[in-house]
Amino acid sequence: MTPEALLGGFQTAPIQSARAFRAALEAMARPGTIWEVEGAMPPTPMSVAAGVLLLTLCDGTTPVHLGGSLDLPVVRDWVTFHTGAPLVAAEDARFALGTWADLTPVNRFAIGLPDYPDRSATLIVEMPRLDAEGARLTGPGIKDVAHLSLPETQAFRANRALFPQGFDTYLTCGSRLAGLPRSTIVEAV
Amino acid sequence: MASEYNFAYLDEQTKRMIRRAILKGVAIPGYQVPFASREMPMPYGWGTGGVQVTAACLVPEDRLKVIDQGADDTTNAVSIRRFFQRTAGVAVTEATADATVIQTRHRIPETPLTEGQILVYQVPIPEPLRFLEPRETETRKMHELEDYGLMHVKLYEDIARHGQIATAYDYPVKVEGRYVMDPSPIPKFDNPKLARNPAIQLFGAGREQRIYALPPYAEAVSLDFDDYPFTASKADHQCDLCDASGSYLDEVITDDQGSRMYVCSDTDFCRGRREAGHVGRLGGGEAGQ
Repeated sequence: MTPEALLGGFQTAPIQSARAFRAALEAMARPGTIWEVEGAMPPTPMSVAAGVLLLTLCDGTTPVHLGGSLDLPVVRDWVTFHTGAPLVAAEDARFALGTWADLTPVNRFAIGLPDYPDRSATLIVEMPRLDAEGARLTGPGIKDVAHLSLPETQAFRANRALFPQGFDTYLTCGSRLAGLPRSTIVEAV
Repeated sequence: MASEYNFAYLDEQTKRMIRRAILKGVAIPGYQVPFASREMPMPYGWGTGGVQVTAACLVPEDRLKVIDQGADDTTNAVSIRRFFQRTAGVAVTEATADATVIQTRHRIPETPLTEGQILVYQVPIPEPLRFLEPRETETRKMHELEDYGLMHVKLYEDIARHGQIATAYDYPVKVEGRYVMDPSPIPKFDNPKLARNPAIQLFGAGREQRIYALPPYAEAVSLDFDDYPFTASKADHQCDLCDASGSYLDEVITDDQGSRMYVCSDTDFCRGRREAGHVGRLGGGEAGQ
């Protein structure tokens, strides 16, 4: 195990994970809004926001897939040490972390079952930038219309067509994150 | 805050499990997500589901309001509020507008909710089809196939028997055109407030081990028929304390001669109106104090 992997977890897990979850909840409930989180210092190239999400949501019961550019020894060690999550192939993952290029094709990920659509993956996509502009979002959680800089629209449109099955997505960039649930209707502008 | 408790009582592993269920619930509006409900230091039926959802959502900066049938001062509301004061050290309030998290049993506050607020419902029976079909395997299949004909038959039988849809609370809604959802036993007067609400609405059923959610601004349509449209009914009176005509009323028997009074179920709303100078039929003098 690399020594860096031992550092960068929550200092006061109950409080920091509570604040982080609240941001994650608001992000997933209000697609297109961008939230600031803090508390994790994961090894590069993982972003703070992605680290916070893993620390808040993952444990030994949630298999995690690391996409190619993040599948490094130090990242593997960090995730294993701090969450205890087993590292698995894309098909078996509850959570998947990577850049969009790492995670495509996204039809590898679990979309849940027709009677248990909740048994699906949550993707954490590391983004070079994250802004409230670009693709047009409508649907639950959005009053009128929202915009978000998505890596592409076609994959999310295909995912929406599977509703109520489908994967859910967090987009992370530095210490900021945004949510994109399967229920959101995505249109290119 | 008493340091012998973990923040908000539950251990971190449990909170992660509940938080994952809440997020899936938000992503699939109206779908009941199974979760591994814990034993809480209160009996089932006292809001163990709501308490677990609230515990998973609370942050130290929150201001918590707890209501039971609209009232802040009933046993259930007081004990849950004190539970979180003791285990999470959060501030509490009775004012709807000041609260960031509101746990409720069987009412939606009269004061409109806003963005940034979370409304947590205590749910006894989360499955809207349960009294029509007792088998979980069957109701799950019915949700999968969007087979909600049985619910319409039930509402039709109401009309055939009573001349109107007699279901007055626990009135089923269809969420975002997909899942039929049980809004918990709120009066159907509150159903219109479910829809397009700026707040996040989360539902926790402890004994039945289900969590579900309505994201902000989500559509929730009360089931009805073209010729028997849904109506949000209430007692046809004014509040005897604050004279409100548009709030949900409780009927209170005041003696054994059949005298009765009607008062707002939402105690915070009623008090706010009285403080603003509104006086009802019995609201003057001592009754108004």
